[in-house]
Amino acid sequence: MHIPDGFIDGKTAAATVLLSAAGVGLALRQTRQRLAPKRVPLLGLAAAFLFAAQMVNFPVAGGTSGHLVGGVLVAALLGPSAAIVVLTTVLIVQCFLFADGGVLALGANVFNMAIIGAAGGYAIYRLVSRWLPGTRGQVAAVAFAGWCSTVLASICCAGELAWSGTFAWPAGFTAMASVHMVVGIGEGLISALVFLAIRRMRPDLAGEISGPAPARQWSEMACYGLLAALGVAIFVAPFACPWPDGLESVAARLGFDQKAVRQVVSAPAPGYQVPGVRWAAGATAVAGAAGTLVVFGLALLLARSLVREPKQETHPTRP
Amino acid sequence: MIDDWVGHLHSHRDSPVSRLPAAFKLAVGLVIIVGTVLAPPRAVGWFVGAAAFLLITAVLSRIPPPFLLKRLALLSPLILGVALVNAVQPAARGSWLTVAAKSTICLLTIILVSNTTPFSRILRVLKAARVPGLLITTLALMHRYLFVLVEEAERMRRARASRTFTRQRGARWQTLSTVVSQLFVRASERAERIYDAMCARGWK
Repeated sequence: MHIPDGFIDGKTAAATVLLSAAGVGLALRQTRQRLAPKRVPLLGLAAAFLFAAQMVNFPVAGGTSGHLVGGVLVAALLGPSAAIVVLTTVLIVQCFLFADGGVLALGANVFNMAIIGAAGGYAIYRLVSRWLPGTRGQVAAVAFAGWCSTVLASICCAGELAWSGTFAWPAGFTAMASVHMVVGIGEGLISALVFLAIRRMRPDLAGEISGPAPARQWSEMACYGLLAALGVAIFVAPFACPWPDGLESVAARLGFDQKAVRQVVSAPAPGYQVPGVRWAAGATAVAGAAGTLVVFGLALLLARSLVREPKQETHPTRP
Repeated sequence: MIDDWVGHLHSHRDSPVSRLPAAFKLAVGLVIIVGTVLAPPRAVGWFVGAAAFLLITAVLSRIPPPFLLKRLALLSPLILGVALVNAVQPAARGSWLTVAAKSTICLLTIILVSNTTPFSRILRVLKAARVPGLLITTLALMHRYLFVLVEEAERMRRARASRTFTRQRGARWQTLSTVVSQLFVRASERAERIYDAMCARGWK
């Protein structure tokens, strides 16, 4: 999902860089304020760990293999702000050292994978684990949030590419979302298995490194939520929603020249030609909604099957 | 696997390009990338000029051409994907050819900059550009231990492969996730040792 340079245009790059800079700046401030000095090296090591873990390939059906992205896993282990810092670091190193993902597209990649993927996934994780108590609930929450974060990040990615005019929304959305609905199952499964194994090996490590006061944490999550919502409103909503978008209707109400605004805010994919594609995008959205329920059920089943006898697996095999 | 990623970096090869100051190379690279991204599809002159400049730089940098081609080829599935999506539904503006040209030029720029400039120099430029210190520290630590942890993961993977012979898919997922979680535990234990070592050397 690393967007290279040239796939997104200037306005998308500028918008994503602004949103990501705000999110990363906030995350750095939060981390610096609350992280014990003893834990500072852990951020760098966690980033190196994530990079190394992304190279471990997992077998997927049919001889292909997938790998971890790890936003939700790191967020569940270290907390949302530290996870944003860690994922941003990984993305910067992948960009400058391995030319994986573009320089101008770094903002878009950080937005998709750190702010939507890690912080957004963490919000889902917290909501579900608050609703389902205990280790079993946490494991189910990590699995479900891992799937959701992959799908949400891919939808944002499709929105950014469509806004840039690289591809048209219905076909691009259908392709990206349907592929990542499958990929996300692997992500959720790996995240849950790794999270559970770490909890069993070193329960002290599987807490968040900066134990925040709950009130502070909600304000922190609210800020990330605001940024994520802003991004979704810019990149995804104009395409997904059949009504004239907010900016246009506001402009009309305030009496601005509507045409001037239309040139800034691109019209939602005016040139689609294959009628089935529009239908396919709708079908993908419906399938996604149904898939969410199915995956939630699967996550519950997974947690139930994994956390049945916690006594048996307290001694992990040291490889 | 590890060789594909880590073993073929050329940032320490001596060449006229690698002797240039890092800030200059980063600035030129950024200008080329921004110019290419913002260039309208019809600005063929800019694309040809940038490509010619990059080719001359590539020759001067003494990076083996097969390496460059292999790295550029990693982009092809993405371009192919966009072309496929656009085949189903022609986009309103632009075409996948423009996207292919733009992304190839930008990718070549990054590859040339990153393979002629050691990462520590890039970090120094970022520090001078007033990137927050915590991010710089994290980047430096990640870069320092990246290769250590990748190698550690590879060792654990090899050790597991030589000891377990199960063909059950579920068991394979279990053991692989144990490898990853063990890697996290080892990374955090290493982080604790690093902190002690940093304190012993008078950090803050």
